[in-house]
Amino acid sequence: MNVPSLRAQAAATVAVLATGFVLVFFYAPLDAEGFIQKIFYLHVPLAICSLAGFVVAGIHAIRHLRSGDPVHDARSYVCIHLSVIFGVGVLLTGSIWARAEWGKWWVWDEPTLVSFLIVFLLYATYYPLRYAIEDRERQARYASVFAITAGVFVPLNFVAVRLAQPLIHPRTFSSAGGLPGSMLFTFLVCLAGMVLLWLSLVRFELAAKSASAKLSRLRRALEGQAYAPRRTASRTAPGVPSRAASASWMSDPTTPRR
Amino acid sequence: MSGRTSSFRAFHAILAKDLRVELRTLQSVPAMVLFAVTTFVLFRFGLDRGALSGSLAAGVLLATVLFAAILAINRLFVAERDEGGFDSIRLAPVDGTALGAAKAVALVVYLVVLEAIVLPVFAVFFLDSWTGLAPLAGVLVLADLGLAATGVLVSSIAANSRARDLLVPLVLLPLLVPVMIAAAGAAERLLAAGGPSYGGIGKWLAILALYDVTFLLVGYAVYDFLLED
Repeated sequence: MNVPSLRAQAAATVAVLATGFVLVFFYAPLDAEGFIQKIFYLHVPLAICSLAGFVVAGIHAIRHLRSGDPVHDARSYVCIHLSVIFGVGVLLTGSIWARAEWGKWWVWDEPTLVSFLIVFLLYATYYPLRYAIEDRERQARYASVFAITAGVFVPLNFVAVRLAQPLIHPRTFSSAGGLPGSMLFTFLVCLAGMVLLWLSLVRFELAAKSASAKLSRLRRALEGQAYAPRRTASRTAPGVPSRAASASWMSDPTTPRR
Repeated sequence: MSGRTSSFRAFHAILAKDLRVELRTLQSVPAMVLFAVTTFVLFRFGLDRGALSGSLAAGVLLATVLFAAILAINRLFVAERDEGGFDSIRLAPVDGTALGAAKAVALVVYLVVLEAIVLPVFAVFFLDSWTGLAPLAGVLVLADLGLAATGVLVSSIAANSRARDLLVPLVLLPLLVPVMIAAAGAAERLLAAGGPSYGGIGKWLAILALYDVTFLLVGYAVYDFLLED
């Protein structure tokens, strides 16, 4: 597959996001809610990326369990990691909006807020769960089982919580037909920018992980050369990855080409 | 078809073993009952009310059952881990899912026994009218299936980790929020002040059933990966 280099993708992300924010401030009209409504262009794309990222993590986890390839586990981990970070952004921007609109930082009888919080709390337990398991290979397998279970949980939870209470949170897509064209266009540009940002960050973190894995492999090889007899050293030479290194979940083909 | 019959026999054997062990040692169910009754007493004094109804009654009952269930879920795989049950299952030529299914059914049995004992106690402590109890038992069975489906998955993960007893409540509570919302929504109407009302209860039962089916299928699909080594 012909993937653009990480650098080009990062540049595109900056360009699209900057265009999006220019549109937000200078093109999109103010509606009845006033200036605070502009946070919608940040809040909703963040939420969409975060939730979609959780589901993507579940899909990578399925591929990991099917193939046993640690690359998919690394991707699943990074997707969850970034979606949790985006989730913090969703909760913060949502709270700011709620404070301006409803006068409170948090509203407990609002299903969209509560269901997002539950999903966020569930994924926050991914880290203690993952790092409570010592064996690398088992850790990856159990983390994948969690990612699949939680990925199925995301839509189910939204259905359950949404049915539980009346809605006061504005529905973006049920009201999208009523959204003026200029606002919809701005929103779509912002959404595209946020998706690009999420994808770039995922690739960036994967590249960083694979680089640090390579570094520690090299360091181990160097130490082997310094302290061990020559024959052992040549076995762990960087050109020939050792068994431990090839089993590492950092060995990842999405490293940027140089 | 021999593969299917052998896993069914394995399922049967593990379930019978678990129930027999529980009958002889009485480790989980009495502890759950004691915990639930003590919690009711705490609520009785903490809330300081003669009778409960509606959402408050549903919340007290379901929160108590949920925490009592966590006691059993924590202990579900202790014997397998300590006495080498996991290794034996891996060595035996049977499907690992049989172990998960047997544990889930055992958990449902524990929970049904718990509720059969604790529901009358709850009624004596808090309820004026007992008419809603029979349909409430049905709602609780649906909730038990959901508890068992996710409980077995989380418990198997936790049993093989360092932070065992910590991990089960941490991961399980958010996963069980939909079950609690739906079961509380249905129980609230069944425990309403002027006798049970059945309007709008179907929606909650549908969510419970959807949750049960979804997580039983997820468990069936992924359980084997928790045993492989």
